[in-house]
Amino acid sequence: MSYPNNYKYTKEHEWAELVSDTQIRVGITDHAQNSLGDIVFLELPKVGRELKSHETFGVVESIKAVSDLYSPVNGKVVQANSDLVSDPAKINSNPHTEWMLVLESADAKTQFAGLMDAAAYSEYVRSL
Amino acid sequence: MSMLKRTALYEEHKKLNGRIVDFGGWELPVQYSGVLNEHTAVRNACGLFDVSHMGEIFVEGPGSIEFINFVTTNDASILAVEQAQYSAFCNESGGIVDDLVVYRLGEERFLLVVNASNTDKDFSHLTRALESYSGQKPRIKNASGEFSQIAVQGPLAQKILQTLTQTDLSLIKTYWCKEGILCGVNTIIARTGYTGEDGFELYVPWSDGPKVWEAILDAGKGAGILPCGLGARDTLRLEMKYALYGHELNDDTNPLEVGLAWITKLKKAGTFIGKPAIEAMKAAGPKKTLVGVKSLGRGIPRQGYEIYDLDRSSLIGTITSGTQSPTLKQSIGVAFMDKKFETIGTKVLVKVRDDFHEFEVCKTPFIEKK
Repeated sequence: MSYPNNYKYTKEHEWAELVSDTQIRVGITDHAQNSLGDIVFLELPKVGRELKSHETFGVVESIKAVSDLYSPVNGKVVQANSDLVSDPAKINSNPHTEWMLVLESADAKTQFAGLMDAAAYSEYVRSL
Repeated sequence: MSMLKRTALYEEHKKLNGRIVDFGGWELPVQYSGVLNEHTAVRNACGLFDVSHMGEIFVEGPGSIEFINFVTTNDASILAVEQAQYSAFCNESGGIVDDLVVYRLGEERFLLVVNASNTDKDFSHLTRALESYSGQKPRIKNASGEFSQIAVQGPLAQKILQTLTQTDLSLIKTYWCKEGILCGVNTIIARTGYTGEDGFELYVPWSDGPKVWEAILDAGKGAGILPCGLGARDTLRLEMKYALYGHELNDDTNPLEVGLAWITKLKKAGTFIGKPAIEAMKAAGPKKTLVGVKSLGRGIPRQGYEIYDLDRSSLIGTITSGTQSPTLKQSIGVAFMDKKFETIGTKVLVKVRDDFHEFEVCKTPFIEKK
């Protein structure tokens, strides 16, 4: 699966999509879902929580493994995808469209620009 | 420097896109098509596992039965030729050195199948035991490098395997075995397994592993056979509450604390290593036990998670294994805990990260036995 060019990425395998100048949508990459295997559990933060970049915001579990989720940017949680919490297996099928959070921050655009682009992320995954 | 060992089937796993991981020093596939998919194949059709990393130790010659009885908790003297039994090695303190399956291949020829990561420890334990043993000494041999072991598990296992051998598999009962020819290869065909399904474990010469593996996959194609990795092996055994060394069992656990009284024969002839300590525990009464717990909630228990009583005042045990059961779609766990809480229906709290989740002691196996 290829990594969307309009997204940015982190070394912890989250993707970020800029949905407006102040909002970023967050999910995990195809590489992440593939490494985890069958996903059976997802825990997300409450709306309103302030997250710092690299801060743990939740947990994803497969049959075999438990993995923390890290915020790609600083921002306030304005939406958490509760549908995905009830059916986390959807992450395995569509990792790049099944978003987990929407984060809001006045400087979202600047923070987004500072993340890895698709080419750099693909290169990073290949190096693992 | 990496010194990982590979089974004879390593290239097969690569060809089948198995995801290779380091499992106790062995490069083995954790999954091929996915744990859930593979788990379901074993429950409904058939799954094929490379378990060549398991250790094979032979005990042969006069004195074999008596020596095996001296080093294991079960009573090997009741085994007929071609019969198998689950057993354990204990240390002097009554702790479990390993759990194993003893196969009686001949009057004085026994195969002991032990856990991969314990093979060297077990063989040293047996060597030391043999040195101090006062009875007639049999020959012991670590033959782990000579065998590929392939497990064929699931309701269609017999049907699939029967196409590859003249040996009438319907005559081999559960926990019995037969030496025969399978795909032209000398094979110990054992009706044993670690999944809760009907099935076989095949012991073939190391280098014949790939040939037998490919033939079984081919024979099972139409029946929905799938190659299965260690991930499914773990969820399958967990749904049955079968113990896994390093999780439910270790050098400090006494068999009476972990539900293994049924393989601990204190009344068999002669003594065995660990017997005085086990008798002492029996007299005092075990304080701990191994029970199944499940939850209707979402938290998944994992090894090491703490268990508390309902008012959170005391730590009463720990989870030894846990997952979301692929069959039940429910969180299940095995709990090593205070015997006072063992009654089915008792509510306990499992600490999952920072939260306490309510679990209930439940009957096991977690799934209905077929």
